[in-house]
Amino acid sequence: MIWAGVLVASAACYALKLAGLSLPQAWLGNPRLQRTVPLIPIALLAALVGTQTFSTGQHLVVDVRAAALVVAVIAVMLRAPFLLVVAAAAATAALLRFL
Amino acid sequence: MPPQRAIMRDALGIGIASGAYAISFGAISTAAGLSLLQTCALSVLMFTGASQFALVGVVGAGGSVWAGAAAAALLGSRNALYGLRLSSLLRVSGLRRIVASHFVIDETTAMAIARDDPALGRLAFWSTGLALFTLWNLGTLVGALATHALSNPKVLGLDAAPPAAFLALLAPRLRAREPLAIAIAAAVLAIAVLPFVPAGVPLLIVAVAVAVYGMVWRRG
Repeated sequence: MIWAGVLVASAACYALKLAGLSLPQAWLGNPRLQRTVPLIPIALLAALVGTQTFSTGQHLVVDVRAAALVVAVIAVMLRAPFLLVVAAAAATAALLRFL
Repeated sequence: MPPQRAIMRDALGIGIASGAYAISFGAISTAAGLSLLQTCALSVLMFTGASQFALVGVVGAGGSVWAGAAAAALLGSRNALYGLRLSSLLRVSGLRRIVASHFVIDETTAMAIARDDPALGRLAFWSTGLALFTLWNLGTLVGALATHALSNPKVLGLDAAPPAAFLALLAPRLRAREPLAIAIAAAVLAIAVLPFVPAGVPLLIVAVAVAVYGMVWRRG
């Protein structure tokens, strides 16, 4: 089942890239579409941050992941590189569980 | 330094930075329960970071792979607009377009459209694409193999890694008031509906909400 999702999603992502290079400019040139599409990653990434920090399955929870997110926010504000942001968050969670 | 060499050096730098970021993707994907082959397949075939993180993030949180696939495709929609901007610069057709399409992502677009000379823009696109594709897949393999060797990735806090990864991808897009407001509203909406719908579905609700906002409500 995971394989099917991986392959279908990969095909969809490739089709979107190919469409951009192939379709006539006018099809994707609609100004409202041009303004809206860049908002989608902002909303989805923010939703992912929220749901993956504060839930387990369908239950809302506050656990060490919230502390890890605070550390990640600080790291991002200090303009730390990507890997450091992720590692700092993971280390925070690991450390708090260990204590 | 001639501009060509400067472009290749920058391309390699971007490739190395994303290789490091791919290590975290390989680790998160493996910790989410995807096999080594599935993890590597995502980096080879999907090759667009935020979408890959979204798919494994949803699966790791217990959501259906189809909800993850939908989120991945929605996140990939911006690549269509990048392609639109690049098509007049690259002027590719046939087999070259098939290959070039795969490389249409954030980094290659940013590198290509930053040049005044179209020939340099094309060089920037192809060199960034090749460096990124190589090191992105290498990094994924390293991260997946390292995590594969662990018995319990939770001990290393890897379950806390995806939100940090999403945050790091989000941060550069929040330089103005409207995106920040959208991000906060989206996170609140997703958390609010979460107890009432299957895992992964909050993302789709948020996607519909932002599409309605952008296409219908917003003025100007």
